[in-house]
Amino acid sequence: MRRNQVAVVGAAETTELGVVPNASQLQLHADAALNAIADAGLKLSDIDGFATAVETPQQVCHYLGIKPTWVDGTSVGGCSFMLHVRHAAAAIEAGLCKTVLITHAESGKSMIGKLPRSIPADSLQGQFEAPYGVYGPPSMFPIPVLRFMKTYGITHEQLASVAVVQREWAAKNPRAMMKDPITVADVLNSRMIAYPFRLLQCCLVTDGGGALILTSADRARDFPRKPVYIMGTGESVETPMVSQMETFNSSRAFKVAGPLAFKEAGIAHKDVDHLMIYDAFAHLPLFGLGDLGFMPYEETGKFIADGNTRPGGKLPLNTNGGGLSYMHSGMYGMYALQESVRQMRGIAPAQVPNAKISVCHGVGGMFAASGTIVFTNER
Amino acid sequence: MAEPQRARPKPTPETQHFWDGTKAGELRLQRCDACAHVYFPPRPFCPSCASRKVSVFKASGKGFLYSYVINHRPAAPGFAPPYAIAVVELDEGPRMMSNIVDCPQTPEALELNMKLEVAFEALDDKITLPVFRPAKG
Repeated sequence: MRRNQVAVVGAAETTELGVVPNASQLQLHADAALNAIADAGLKLSDIDGFATAVETPQQVCHYLGIKPTWVDGTSVGGCSFMLHVRHAAAAIEAGLCKTVLITHAESGKSMIGKLPRSIPADSLQGQFEAPYGVYGPPSMFPIPVLRFMKTYGITHEQLASVAVVQREWAAKNPRAMMKDPITVADVLNSRMIAYPFRLLQCCLVTDGGGALILTSADRARDFPRKPVYIMGTGESVETPMVSQMETFNSSRAFKVAGPLAFKEAGIAHKDVDHLMIYDAFAHLPLFGLGDLGFMPYEETGKFIADGNTRPGGKLPLNTNGGGLSYMHSGMYGMYALQESVRQMRGIAPAQVPNAKISVCHGVGGMFAASGTIVFTNER
Repeated sequence: MAEPQRARPKPTPETQHFWDGTKAGELRLQRCDACAHVYFPPRPFCPSCASRKVSVFKASGKGFLYSYVINHRPAAPGFAPPYAIAVVELDEGPRMMSNIVDCPQTPEALELNMKLEVAFEALDDKITLPVFRPAKG
């Protein structure tokens, strides 16, 4: 795909984030969509392309009254929206549609109108993982981390520092769920969830949503907001079974998606002003820093513990507070994308001064899938 | 009210040999006749070279502890927390999720790389689960 041919011209989250007991999951999709359409100065009838995950495109399109000529229901977990951005950019470039709306919403906390997720007993997961007591992401996502720590000499304190640093960012964000400062000791004394991870190393569980609107870069100049260009993209999948990853020392999906996006964007790591790495759990930023090639894996824990990713640090990471402190409705990728767009527009609550390139890296379905988007505000 | 039970696997045509094996006290893997690749979970072709000529064989049942979590909450039905959910690397190469039995469920007792051997736990008259315990000797 050619760089900077498609831009984000509308971006918004739901009116409320956190605990939203007065709206169903479907209504949260609509709320985010209507906010994004208003942000872009468009009408619903301007939307001719649509993408969403978990909920079907037909469900959300009918609810909103959209008549699309292009749809994408890619649903690979929390990074689905990174894949939607990539697919939408390709569709716009190919002339399949002009203006794409991507929505995410989840009633993760209030569970209103939330679709049930179950593992069939005759699926491979149902036969070869579920019988051993896996029960939701906290029991599965951290399974690789002890091996990762042993291989690279990562300490429990370093993994705790991920949560501490992200809380520093969240403190600057009025919409963050958790803003009170925490220490490494607080993290290591919080309630055990799935050893080695404690409560403060696991994502929040919240309600909310977000939506993006993309169109061609040539049209983007006519919109009210500063366009944010899609500079590079990458995606991949590995396995829905965490036990069957090629290795626990890295994520194969990360190692495919990340470098693809960097190559397409034509950037080097030193060019990155702002970075989002989907942090459902505290080890993901370490995998991301290593798999995306920012540094050797051995240095990732120390890099964060030493403060390099905190406010004022040389590589601002997860500047909204992340899934650990900002919000996490279940599929956090949309919120990472929203923060990258805010940073590129220059309107983030914890704005990185003069940021021109933002890398937004997502993970989905434990380590099943990955998507990476490189944004820029310069064409 | 019945006690909540742990998730029961339901075999498919492709996995039946595996579950027949555990019931007979064997851990069965598959090996590609063309390229010798050993793989898991079961399927009637080689995921490395795509050959449909594959054989089922009895594995040694030996391996080592590759990684794990000790789950505290929420606990799955049929499990009393804390319990370890482990990934075992078999001597033949493939890895599989399992539980570690005859061993305290603590970070001190569960050492990465510790040698393990398969044991079998009958859930009912149809399904026997392979689990692992610290290797003797």
